[in-house]
Amino acid sequence: MGYKKYYTNKIIWYLLTLVIAVVLNFILPRLMPGDPVSAIAARAVNGMTDSTAIQAVYEDYAEKFGINLPMSTQFAIFIKNAVRGDFGVSFSQYPRTVSNIIASSVWWTVCLQLPAILLGWILGNVLGAVSAYKKGIFDKGVLPVFLFMSNVPAFGMATVLLYVFSLKLGMAPSSGGYGFDLIPTASITFFRSVLAHYQLPFWSVVLITIGGQAIGMRSMSIYELNADYVKYSRFMGIKDRKIVGYVFRNAMLPQITGLAMSIGTMIGGALVAEIIFSYPGLGTTLLAAVKGRDYPLISACTLIITIMVLLANLIVELIYGVIDPRIKAAQQD
Amino acid sequence: MKNQIRQIFHSPKFKVGFVIFAALLLLTFFYPLIVTDDPLEMVGQGNFFKPGTYISVTEAVNTDPYTLNMNTSSGRMEKNLSMEERMAMADWLGQFAGLSPKEMDVTDADGLVSLWKEHYDSSSEQKGLIAARKKYFSRLDKKITGLLEDRDILLAEKNKETGELSVKETIPSTSYVNVSDVGSRRVFILGTDNFGRDVLTELVAAIKTSLKIGFIAGLIATTIGLSLGLIAGYLGGFIDDLILFITNLFTVIPSFILLILISYSIGKNARGVMMVAIIIGLTSWTWTTRSVRSQVISLRNRDHVNLSKLSGHSLFRIILTDILPYIASYVVMALILQISSGILAEAQLSMIGLGPATTTVSTLGLMMNWAMSYSAHLNGDWWAYFPVIISIALISFSLNLMNTGLDQIFNPQLRE
Repeated sequence: MGYKKYYTNKIIWYLLTLVIAVVLNFILPRLMPGDPVSAIAARAVNGMTDSTAIQAVYEDYAEKFGINLPMSTQFAIFIKNAVRGDFGVSFSQYPRTVSNIIASSVWWTVCLQLPAILLGWILGNVLGAVSAYKKGIFDKGVLPVFLFMSNVPAFGMATVLLYVFSLKLGMAPSSGGYGFDLIPTASITFFRSVLAHYQLPFWSVVLITIGGQAIGMRSMSIYELNADYVKYSRFMGIKDRKIVGYVFRNAMLPQITGLAMSIGTMIGGALVAEIIFSYPGLGTTLLAAVKGRDYPLISACTLIITIMVLLANLIVELIYGVIDPRIKAAQQD
Repeated sequence: MKNQIRQIFHSPKFKVGFVIFAALLLLTFFYPLIVTDDPLEMVGQGNFFKPGTYISVTEAVNTDPYTLNMNTSSGRMEKNLSMEERMAMADWLGQFAGLSPKEMDVTDADGLVSLWKEHYDSSSEQKGLIAARKKYFSRLDKKITGLLEDRDILLAEKNKETGELSVKETIPSTSYVNVSDVGSRRVFILGTDNFGRDVLTELVAAIKTSLKIGFIAGLIATTIGLSLGLIAGYLGGFIDDLILFITNLFTVIPSFILLILISYSIGKNARGVMMVAIIIGLTSWTWTTRSVRSQVISLRNRDHVNLSKLSGHSLFRIILTDILPYIASYVVMALILQISSGILAEAQLSMIGLGPATTTVSTLGLMMNWAMSYSAHLNGDWWAYFPVIISIALISFSLNLMNTGLDQIFNPQLRE
C-alpha cells in the first residue's frame, strides 16, 4: 500500500504549487508600478482632448477589468472565471475570446513539444549509455558533436535548419503549421501538409535535447559501471548483457528526475523556436500577444504553460514512483 | 589553492573552454580599440547589405583605369544567369535542338551560352510550348545577347548653362580599377543589418553587453542561491523546510514564465539592460540553492565544524572558514552555468519582444530579434543572424566545457 501515500503526497504538493503559481500569475502584474489596465486605457484615450471623456474611458476600463475592487474580490473573480475557462476577450484579436485563441494553439504546442522532448531524451540516454559502455567513436566523436549542438539555443537550431533544409535544399516548408492554401479538415492532403511542416520544428528541439541528456547519462553510467555490485556480479560470472541491464536501469533513475526538473527550461526554449517557423502554437501566440500588448492573452498563455509544465512534472514523478522500487520501500517504513 | 589551479589548467576540457572564452573576452576588449566606429551607427541606407568591400562608384570612375586583356563576358555570364535560367536553357536545348543532357553542363555558363547561340532560333516552331514560355525564351535570348556585347559605356556631363549633355569619357569593357586606388571604401565583413549597421562591429558590442548581463544575472543568482543554501543547510529545522519548499516551488514553476510575467509587468520604460539582468538573476537561483544546501548538510556534522562550534566561534565565522572553502568549487561551477543560462535567457526574452527596451545598446538577443522581425531568416540574409547564433553557442559551449573540466577535477569519479 506504499504507493498510495507517495501518490497522495505528490498530488497534494503539485496542487499547492499550482495554487501558488496561479497566485503569482495574478499578483505579479498587479504588484508592479503602472498597472496594465491604465496602460491600455492610456492607449485608448491617445489623441483625445476632452478631459471628462478621458476620465469616462478610464472609469469604464477600471470597471470592466474590476481594478477598482479590493484585491481579494478581484482574485475571487479571477479564479471563478479561470476555472470556467473564461479569460476574457483578447485586445489584439478582438472580438475573439482568449480561451478560443488558446484552445486553437495549445494542441499544436503539445503535439510538437511532448514527442520532441521525449524523443530527444530517449536518444540522449541511449547515446550516453552507449558512449559510456562502448567508448571509442561514440564517446570521442558523436557525443562531442551533440554536446556542441546542445549549446545552440533552440531558436538558433531552428534558423539553421530553416536555412539549410528550407531555403537551400527546399526539402521542407519554411513557416506555418500547414499549407497557407489549406483549411484544417480531416483530409489526407491536410495531414500530409501538417506532417511536412512538423519536421523542422520537431528536429530542432530533438537535436538540441540530445547532448545535455547524453552527458548526464554518460556520467551516471560510468559511476554505476565502477560500482561494487558490478564487480561482484562479474566475479559471480553473471553474463555481461545482464549486468549492463542492471547498470542502465540504475543510471536511468536520476535521468528521470533530471527530465522532470528540466522540462520547464526546455519548453521555454522550444516556445521561442516556434516563433522562427511561425508555428501556430503557444510560442507564436505569446509573441503576438506581447507585440499587441494583449494583457489578457499573455496572462492566459503563461498560466496554461505553467499548468502544462506542472502536469508533465507530476506525470514524470508518478512514473518514477513505479520504476524505482526504493520509493515504495521508503513509504512502507 | 595554487596546486588546485595548476590542476585545473591540466584538464584539456577546461583549457579549451577557457581559451574560447578568453578569446571572446579579448575580442570585445581589443576590437573597439581598432575599429572606433560607433557600433550602432546606421551606415547603410536600406537593409541587409551583403558582406563584402564597398567602394565608391564615382571615385572608381575617376581613378586611372588599367587595361587588362581579359574576357569580361564569361564573368558576367556566371554572375547574371541564374540557375533557373540555365535549367530552362538546358531544357530547351534538350527538347528542340536534340542535344543530350551529357553535352550540357549548367554549371558552365560559357559553354551553355555558346550552345544556345548555336541552336536557338526564335522563329522555329517549338511544338508544345505555350506562348508565354516562347516569349520567356526570346526574352532570355535578348538578355544573353546583351550580356555578350562588349559595348563601351559613355560618361556624360551636364553643361551648367545649356543643360546639354556632353561625353566626358568612354569606358571600354577592358578597363579595370585597382581597389586600393579608391579612397572611399568600407569593408563589411559580416554585411549590414536591417538598420544598415555594420553587423561585425555591432556583434562585438552585443557580445560585451550580453556577457555583462550574464555576469550580473549569474552573480545575483549565485549570491541568493548561496545564502539561501547556506542558511537552509546549516540551520536546518523549520527554516530549512521553508526554504526547501520555496526552492522546490520555483524549480517546478518555469522560470521562463516568471521572466515573461515580470518583464511585461514592469513596462517598457523600466526595462533597461541592467533591469533585465537583475530579473534574470532573481528568477534563476534555485539550482544553486539546492546543490549548496545538500553540500552544507553533508558538511554540517564533520568534526572540524563541531570543533569550531565547541570553541564558541560565531555562526558567521564557522560558515566563512569551515564551510565555504569546501563548497567554493561548487559555487564557482554554479556561477559559470548561471552566466551561460543568463545569456540564453536574455536572448529568449528578447526574441519574444520582452528584452531590454533600448536603442542605445545592442545585445545578442536584440540583434536576433531585429533580424527575425525583418524576416532575415526567410530571405536568406544569413549574415544578420548566423554570427549571433554562433556567438551564443560559443559562449555557452566554452562555459560548459570549463564547467565539465572543473567537475572532473573536483569529482574524481568522473575522470577517465
